[in-house]
Amino acid sequence: MTNSLRAPAGRLFRNELVAAGLLVPAGTDGIYGRSSVYEDIVVGIESVVMAAAASEGTVSYRFPPVMPRQVFERTGYLGSFPDLIGAVSTFTGTDKDHKNLMEVAQSGGDWTALLHDAGVALCPAVCHPLYPTLTGRLPEEGSRYDVSGWCYRHEPSLDPARMQAFRQHDLVYVGDAARAVAQRDRWLELGNDVLSSLGLVLETVVANDAFFGRVGRILSNNQREEALKFEIVTTVADAEHPTAIASANCHRDHFGKPFGILTADGEVAHSCCFGFGLDRITLALLRTHGLQPADWPVAVRNRLWP
Amino acid sequence: MDDVIRKVLAEYAHLPVDVATISDDDDLYQAGMTSHASVNVMLALEDEFDLEFPEAMLRKSTFESVAAIRTALGALASS
Repeated sequence: MTNSLRAPAGRLFRNELVAAGLLVPAGTDGIYGRSSVYEDIVVGIESVVMAAAASEGTVSYRFPPVMPRQVFERTGYLGSFPDLIGAVSTFTGTDKDHKNLMEVAQSGGDWTALLHDAGVALCPAVCHPLYPTLTGRLPEEGSRYDVSGWCYRHEPSLDPARMQAFRQHDLVYVGDAARAVAQRDRWLELGNDVLSSLGLVLETVVANDAFFGRVGRILSNNQREEALKFEIVTTVADAEHPTAIASANCHRDHFGKPFGILTADGEVAHSCCFGFGLDRITLALLRTHGLQPADWPVAVRNRLWP
Repeated sequence: MDDVIRKVLAEYAHLPVDVATISDDDDLYQAGMTSHASVNVMLALEDEFDLEFPEAMLRKSTFESVAAIRTALGALASS
Protein backbone atom coordinates (compact mmCIF):
# COMPACT_ATOMS: atom_id res chain seq x y z
CA MET A 1 0.00 0.00 0.00
CA THR A 2 1.51 3.27 -1.06
CA ASN A 3 -0.38 5.38 1.44
CA SER A 4 0.39 3.46 4.60
CA LEU A 5 3.10 5.18 6.54
CA ARG A 6 5.28 3.36 9.00
CA ALA A 7 4.53 4.47 12.53
CA PRO A 8 7.99 5.75 13.55
CA ALA A 9 8.32 8.17 10.62
CA GLY A 10 4.72 9.27 11.04
CA ARG A 11 5.18 9.82 14.75
CA LEU A 12 8.36 11.87 14.21
CA PHE A 13 6.63 14.18 11.73
CA ARG A 14 3.63 14.48 14.04
CA ASN A 15 5.91 15.53 16.89
CA GLU A 16 7.48 18.21 14.65
CA LEU A 17 4.03 19.55 13.68
CA VAL A 18 2.88 19.61 17.30
CA ALA A 19 6.12 21.26 18.49
CA ALA A 20 5.68 23.93 15.80
CA GLY A 21 2.14 24.57 17.07
CA LEU A 22 0.56 23.65 13.72
CA LEU A 23 -1.43 20.72 15.12
CA VAL A 24 -2.87 20.52 18.62
CA PRO A 25 -3.52 16.94 19.83
CA ALA A 26 -7.13 16.75 20.98
CA GLY A 27 -6.62 13.82 23.32
CA THR A 28 -7.17 10.80 21.10
CA ASP A 29 -5.11 9.55 18.15
CA GLY A 30 -5.93 11.12 14.81
CA ILE A 31 -8.03 14.04 16.14
CA TYR A 32 -6.36 17.46 16.09
CA GLY A 33 -6.99 21.14 16.44
CA ARG A 34 -5.37 23.21 13.69
CA SER A 35 -3.52 26.50 14.09
CA SER A 36 -4.39 29.57 12.02
CA VAL A 37 -1.14 29.08 10.10
CA TYR A 38 -2.25 25.55 9.18
CA GLU A 39 -5.75 26.76 8.28
CA ASP A 40 -4.36 29.51 6.04
CA ILE A 41 -2.67 26.78 4.02
CA VAL A 42 -5.96 24.84 3.75
CA VAL A 43 -7.74 28.03 2.62
CA GLY A 44 -5.03 28.62 0.00
CA ILE A 45 -5.34 25.08 -1.34
CA GLU A 46 -9.14 25.39 -1.40
CA SER A 47 -8.89 28.56 -3.49
CA VAL A 48 -6.57 26.85 -5.99
CA VAL A 49 -8.91 23.85 -6.16
CA MET A 50 -11.98 26.10 -6.51
CA ALA A 51 -10.36 27.87 -9.45
CA ALA A 52 -9.72 24.49 -11.09
CA ALA A 53 -13.32 23.42 -10.39
CA ALA A 54 -14.64 26.68 -11.87
CA SER A 55 -12.64 26.02 -15.04
CA GLU A 56 -14.47 22.67 -15.24
CA GLY A 57 -17.89 24.30 -14.95
CA THR A 58 -18.87 22.40 -11.81
CA VAL A 59 -21.92 23.14 -9.71
CA SER A 60 -20.81 23.60 -6.08
CA TYR A 61 -22.53 22.10 -3.05
CA ARG A 62 -21.54 21.97 0.59
CA PHE A 63 -23.05 19.32 2.83
CA PRO A 64 -22.70 18.98 6.61
CA PRO A 65 -20.42 16.19 7.89
CA VAL A 66 -23.39 13.95 8.74
CA MET A 67 -25.73 12.18 6.37
CA PRO A 68 -29.05 10.33 6.76
CA ARG A 69 -28.54 6.73 7.82
CA GLN A 70 -30.66 5.43 4.93
CA VAL A 71 -28.45 7.25 2.43
CA PHE A 72 -25.36 5.91 4.17
CA GLU A 73 -26.72 2.36 3.85
CA ARG A 74 -27.42 2.78 0.14
CA THR A 75 -23.83 3.86 -0.61
CA GLY A 76 -22.68 0.33 0.28
CA TYR A 77 -20.15 1.64 2.79
CA LEU A 78 -21.29 -0.78 5.48
CA GLY A 79 -20.47 -3.72 3.21
CA SER A 80 -17.06 -2.48 2.13
CA PHE A 81 -15.65 -0.57 5.12
CA PRO A 82 -17.50 -1.63 8.31
CA ASP A 83 -14.37 -0.98 10.36
CA LEU A 84 -14.26 2.71 9.36
CA ILE A 85 -17.84 3.82 9.98
CA GLY A 86 -19.06 6.37 12.46
CA ALA A 87 -22.78 6.03 13.22
CA VAL A 88 -24.29 8.65 15.49
CA SER A 89 -26.18 7.54 18.57
CA THR A 90 -28.18 9.56 21.04
CA PHE A 91 -30.14 9.20 24.24
CA THR A 92 -33.87 8.64 23.80
CA GLY A 93 -34.90 7.33 27.22
CA THR A 94 -36.91 8.47 30.25
CA ASP A 95 -35.79 10.16 33.47
CA LYS A 96 -35.29 6.72 34.96
CA ASP A 97 -33.17 5.65 31.97
CA HIS A 98 -31.17 8.87 32.34
CA LYS A 99 -30.44 8.09 35.98
CA ASN A 100 -29.19 4.67 34.92
CA LEU A 101 -27.11 6.23 32.13
CA MET A 102 -25.41 8.59 34.59
CA GLU A 103 -24.75 5.81 37.06
CA VAL A 104 -23.12 3.69 34.38
CA ALA A 105 -21.06 6.68 33.16
CA GLN A 106 -19.98 7.70 36.66
CA SER A 107 -18.87 4.17 37.47
CA GLY A 108 -16.71 4.15 34.34
CA GLY A 109 -19.01 1.76 32.47
CA ASP A 110 -19.90 1.79 28.79
CA TRP A 111 -22.74 4.33 28.76
CA THR A 112 -22.75 4.36 24.93
CA ALA A 113 -24.35 0.90 24.99
CA LEU A 114 -27.48 2.62 26.38
CA LEU A 115 -27.85 4.99 23.41
CA HIS A 116 -29.98 4.58 20.32
CA ASP A 117 -29.64 5.34 16.63
CA ALA A 118 -29.83 9.09 15.90
CA GLY A 119 -30.72 8.45 12.25
CA VAL A 120 -27.48 9.88 10.89
CA ALA A 121 -23.95 8.69 10.18
CA LEU A 122 -20.73 10.67 9.79
CA CYS A 123 -19.77 11.22 6.14
CA PRO A 124 -16.92 8.88 5.22
CA ALA A 125 -16.41 10.55 1.83
CA VAL A 126 -17.40 14.05 0.93
CA CYS A 127 -19.14 13.09 -2.34
CA HIS A 128 -21.55 10.58 -0.79
CA PRO A 129 -24.33 13.03 0.22
CA LEU A 130 -24.43 14.30 -3.36
CA TYR A 131 -25.71 11.14 -5.08
CA PRO A 132 -29.23 10.96 -3.59
CA THR A 133 -29.83 14.50 -4.86
CA LEU A 134 -29.18 13.34 -8.45
CA THR A 135 -31.97 10.76 -8.79
CA GLY A 136 -33.57 11.03 -12.21
CA ARG A 137 -32.35 11.77 -15.74
CA LEU A 138 -29.14 13.64 -16.45
CA PRO A 139 -28.52 15.97 -19.38
CA GLU A 140 -26.97 14.45 -22.52
CA GLU A 141 -23.39 15.37 -21.59
CA GLY A 142 -23.79 14.40 -17.90
CA SER A 143 -23.22 16.72 -14.91
CA ARG A 144 -20.19 18.00 -13.00
CA TYR A 145 -20.17 18.97 -9.34
CA ASP A 146 -17.72 19.94 -6.67
CA VAL A 147 -18.22 19.19 -3.00
CA SER A 148 -16.00 19.94 -0.05
CA GLY A 149 -16.12 19.21 3.65
CA TRP A 150 -15.23 17.02 6.59
CA CYS A 151 -15.00 13.24 6.52
CA TYR A 152 -14.76 10.75 9.35
CA ARG A 153 -13.07 7.35 9.21
CA HIS A 154 -12.33 5.34 12.31
CA GLU A 155 -8.65 4.60 11.87
CA PRO A 156 -6.88 6.10 14.89
CA SER A 157 -3.17 6.51 14.20
CA LEU A 158 -0.19 8.53 15.30
CA ASP A 159 0.57 9.18 11.65
CA PRO A 160 -0.64 12.75 10.99
CA ALA A 161 -1.52 11.75 7.41
CA ARG A 162 -4.06 9.30 8.80
CA MET A 163 -6.43 11.49 10.75
CA GLN A 164 -9.86 10.30 11.89
CA ALA A 165 -11.44 13.60 10.85
CA PHE A 166 -10.12 15.33 7.75
CA ARG A 167 -11.19 17.42 4.76
CA GLN A 168 -11.67 16.45 1.14
CA HIS A 169 -12.58 18.51 -1.91
CA ASP A 170 -14.05 16.32 -4.65
CA LEU A 171 -14.84 16.95 -8.28
CA VAL A 172 -17.66 14.60 -9.28
CA TYR A 173 -18.95 13.60 -12.71
CA VAL A 174 -22.10 11.61 -13.40
CA GLY A 175 -23.02 10.57 -16.92
CA ASP A 176 -22.49 7.71 -19.33
CA ALA A 177 -19.83 5.04 -18.85
CA ALA A 178 -17.38 6.22 -21.51
CA ARG A 179 -17.54 9.86 -20.45
CA ALA A 180 -17.03 8.89 -16.78
CA VAL A 181 -13.74 7.12 -17.60
CA ALA A 182 -12.59 9.95 -19.88
CA GLN A 183 -13.46 12.53 -17.21
CA ARG A 184 -11.59 10.60 -14.51
CA ASP A 185 -8.48 10.51 -16.72
CA ARG A 186 -8.74 14.21 -17.55
CA TRP A 187 -9.17 15.18 -13.89
CA LEU A 188 -6.15 13.04 -13.01
CA GLU A 189 -4.13 15.28 -15.34
CA LEU A 190 -5.75 18.42 -13.95
CA GLY A 191 -5.03 17.28 -10.40
CA ASN A 192 -1.39 16.64 -11.25
CA ASP A 193 -1.14 20.12 -12.79
CA VAL A 194 -2.75 21.77 -9.76
CA LEU A 195 -0.59 19.95 -7.23
CA SER A 196 2.69 20.29 -9.13
CA SER A 197 2.02 24.06 -9.37
CA LEU A 198 2.41 24.02 -5.56
CA GLY A 199 5.97 22.72 -5.88
CA LEU A 200 5.18 19.12 -4.91
CA VAL A 201 7.06 16.20 -6.47
CA LEU A 202 4.40 13.72 -7.52
CA GLU A 203 3.93 10.22 -8.78
CA THR A 204 0.71 8.67 -10.07
CA VAL A 205 0.12 5.05 -9.08
CA VAL A 206 -2.63 2.45 -9.50
CA ALA A 207 -4.23 1.95 -6.10
CA ASN A 208 -6.98 0.20 -4.20
CA ASP A 209 -9.25 1.14 -1.34
CA ALA A 210 -8.75 -0.60 2.02
CA PHE A 211 -11.84 -2.82 1.69
CA PHE A 212 -12.55 -4.85 4.82
CA GLY A 213 -11.68 -8.49 5.35
CA ARG A 214 -11.42 -11.45 2.97
CA VAL A 215 -14.31 -10.13 0.94
CA GLY A 216 -12.33 -6.91 0.59
CA ARG A 217 -9.40 -8.78 -0.94
CA ILE A 218 -11.51 -9.60 -3.98
CA LEU A 219 -12.74 -6.02 -4.29
CA SER A 220 -9.20 -4.64 -3.89
CA ASN A 221 -7.76 -7.07 -6.43
CA ASN A 222 -10.52 -6.23 -8.90
CA GLN A 223 -10.00 -2.52 -8.40
CA ARG A 224 -6.30 -2.83 -9.19
CA GLU A 225 -6.74 -5.28 -12.09
CA GLU A 226 -9.26 -2.95 -13.70
CA ALA A 227 -7.27 0.20 -12.80
CA LEU A 228 -10.37 1.87 -11.36
CA LYS A 229 -8.43 3.93 -8.81
CA PHE A 230 -5.32 6.06 -9.20
CA GLU A 231 -3.57 7.95 -6.46
CA ILE A 232 -1.24 10.91 -6.68
CA VAL A 233 1.42 10.28 -4.07
CA THR A 234 4.22 12.34 -2.58
CA THR A 235 6.47 12.28 0.48
CA VAL A 236 4.75 13.34 3.68
CA ALA A 237 6.30 11.65 6.70
CA ASP A 238 8.29 8.85 5.13
CA ALA A 239 10.29 9.15 1.89
CA GLU A 240 10.33 5.34 1.63
CA HIS A 241 6.53 5.15 1.65
CA PRO A 242 4.87 8.01 -0.21
CA THR A 243 1.42 9.15 0.88
CA ALA A 244 -1.64 9.59 -1.34
CA ILE A 245 -2.72 13.24 -1.36
CA ALA A 246 -5.33 12.94 -4.12
CA SER A 247 -7.15 10.14 -5.90
CA ALA A 248 -9.07 9.61 -9.12
CA ASN A 249 -11.80 7.03 -8.91
CA CYS A 250 -14.07 5.33 -11.40
CA HIS A 251 -17.20 4.11 -9.57
CA ARG A 252 -18.86 2.43 -12.55
CA ASP A 253 -22.58 2.24 -11.58
CA HIS A 254 -21.88 1.84 -7.84
CA PHE A 255 -23.80 5.05 -7.06
CA GLY A 256 -25.93 5.35 -10.19
CA LYS A 257 -27.72 2.08 -9.45
CA PRO A 258 -28.81 2.50 -5.80
CA PHE A 259 -29.73 6.15 -6.26
CA GLY A 260 -31.62 5.77 -9.55
CA ILE A 261 -29.41 8.15 -11.53
CA LEU A 262 -30.00 7.75 -15.26
CA THR A 263 -28.29 9.03 -18.38
CA ALA A 264 -30.25 10.97 -20.99
CA ASP A 265 -30.72 7.62 -22.78
CA GLY A 266 -32.25 6.03 -19.67
CA GLU A 267 -29.23 3.84 -18.86
CA VAL A 268 -27.95 3.59 -15.27
CA ALA A 269 -25.43 6.42 -14.91
CA HIS A 270 -21.77 5.86 -14.15
CA SER A 271 -19.76 8.24 -12.02
CA CYS A 272 -16.21 9.22 -11.20
CA CYS A 273 -14.62 11.55 -8.72
CA PHE A 274 -11.33 13.29 -8.22
CA GLY A 275 -10.60 13.89 -4.54
CA PHE A 276 -8.11 16.43 -3.22
CA GLY A 277 -7.09 15.45 0.33
CA LEU A 278 -6.92 18.96 1.79
CA ASP A 279 -5.26 18.01 5.08
CA ARG A 280 -2.80 15.65 3.40
CA ILE A 281 -1.88 18.28 0.78
CA THR A 282 -1.32 20.74 3.65
CA LEU A 283 0.97 18.22 5.37
CA ALA A 284 2.81 17.55 2.09
CA LEU A 285 3.43 21.29 1.62
CA LEU A 286 4.71 21.60 5.20
CA ARG A 287 6.98 18.61 4.65
CA THR A 288 8.25 19.80 1.25
CA HIS A 289 8.67 23.53 1.88
CA GLY A 290 9.23 23.57 5.66
CA LEU A 291 7.13 24.31 8.73
CA GLN A 292 7.26 28.11 8.24
CA PRO A 293 4.97 29.10 5.33
CA ALA A 294 6.44 32.63 5.48
CA ASP A 295 9.69 31.11 4.18
CA TRP A 296 8.12 29.09 1.34
CA PRO A 297 9.14 29.75 -2.29
CA VAL A 298 7.54 32.93 -3.62
CA ALA A 299 5.92 31.08 -6.52
CA VAL A 300 4.15 28.71 -4.14
CA ARG A 301 3.10 31.54 -1.82
CA ASN A 302 1.73 33.55 -4.74
CA ARG A 303 -0.23 30.57 -5.94
CA LEU A 304 -1.80 29.92 -2.53
CA TRP A 305 -2.27 33.51 -1.44
CA PRO A 306 -2.38 35.72 -4.57
CA MET B 1 -21.44 -29.78 -7.97
CA ASP B 2 -22.55 -27.85 -11.05
CA ASP B 3 -26.16 -27.76 -9.86
CA VAL B 4 -25.11 -26.14 -6.59
CA ILE B 5 -22.84 -23.64 -8.38
CA ARG B 6 -25.70 -22.64 -10.67
CA LYS B 7 -28.13 -22.41 -7.76
CA VAL B 8 -25.71 -20.05 -5.97
CA LEU B 9 -25.27 -17.98 -9.13
CA ALA B 10 -29.03 -17.76 -9.63
CA GLU B 11 -29.42 -16.44 -6.10
CA TYR B 12 -26.40 -14.18 -5.69
CA ALA B 13 -24.85 -13.23 -9.07
CA HIS B 14 -27.74 -10.88 -9.97
CA LEU B 15 -27.37 -11.66 -13.67
CA PRO B 16 -29.82 -9.94 -15.99
CA VAL B 17 -30.29 -13.29 -17.76
CA ASP B 18 -31.42 -16.76 -16.66
CA VAL B 19 -28.44 -18.75 -15.34
CA ALA B 20 -29.64 -21.72 -17.41
CA THR B 21 -28.78 -19.78 -20.57
CA ILE B 22 -25.16 -19.33 -19.41
CA SER B 23 -22.71 -21.95 -20.64
CA ASP B 24 -19.95 -23.33 -18.42
CA ASP B 25 -17.32 -21.16 -20.08
CA ASP B 26 -19.30 -17.91 -20.44
CA ASP B 27 -17.72 -14.93 -18.70
CA LEU B 28 -20.00 -14.11 -15.77
CA TYR B 29 -18.66 -10.55 -15.46
CA GLN B 30 -19.45 -9.89 -19.11
CA ALA B 31 -22.88 -11.38 -18.45
CA GLY B 32 -23.44 -8.67 -15.83
CA MET B 33 -22.06 -9.93 -12.51
CA THR B 34 -20.52 -7.06 -10.54
CA SER B 35 -17.50 -7.48 -8.28
CA HIS B 36 -19.74 -6.88 -5.25
CA ALA B 37 -22.04 -9.67 -6.45
CA SER B 38 -19.04 -11.97 -6.97
CA VAL B 39 -18.20 -11.49 -3.30
CA ASN B 40 -21.66 -12.74 -2.32
CA VAL B 41 -21.24 -15.68 -4.70
CA MET B 42 -17.95 -16.52 -2.96
CA LEU B 43 -19.52 -16.41 0.51
CA ALA B 44 -22.47 -18.55 -0.59
CA LEU B 45 -20.15 -21.13 -2.17
CA GLU B 46 -18.18 -21.32 1.08
CA ASP B 47 -21.40 -21.99 3.00
CA GLU B 48 -22.69 -24.57 0.52
CA PHE B 49 -19.43 -26.52 0.27
CA ASP B 50 -18.24 -25.86 3.84
CA LEU B 51 -14.83 -24.60 2.82
CA GLU B 52 -12.86 -21.38 2.72
CA PHE B 53 -11.20 -19.92 -0.34
CA PRO B 54 -7.54 -19.18 0.50
CA GLU B 55 -5.96 -15.76 0.02
CA ALA B 56 -4.44 -16.66 -3.37
CA MET B 57 -7.89 -17.49 -4.77
CA LEU B 58 -9.51 -14.20 -3.70
CA ARG B 59 -9.45 -12.71 -7.19
CA LYS B 60 -11.85 -11.99 -9.93
CA SER B 61 -10.66 -14.80 -12.20
CA THR B 62 -11.58 -17.48 -9.61
CA PHE B 63 -15.26 -16.67 -10.11
CA GLU B 64 -15.30 -15.66 -13.77
CA SER B 65 -17.22 -18.69 -15.08
CA VAL B 66 -19.01 -21.84 -13.95
CA ALA B 67 -15.98 -23.81 -15.18
CA ALA B 68 -13.54 -21.60 -13.25
CA ILE B 69 -15.56 -21.98 -10.06
CA ARG B 70 -15.71 -25.75 -10.57
CA THR B 71 -11.91 -25.88 -11.03
CA ALA B 72 -11.34 -23.80 -7.89
CA LEU B 73 -13.70 -25.93 -5.80
CA GLY B 74 -12.06 -29.10 -7.18
CA ALA B 75 -8.61 -27.83 -6.23
CA LEU B 76 -9.79 -27.03 -2.70
CA ALA B 77 -11.56 -30.38 -2.26
CA SER B 78 -8.45 -32.30 -3.23
CA SER B 79 -6.06 -30.20 -1.17
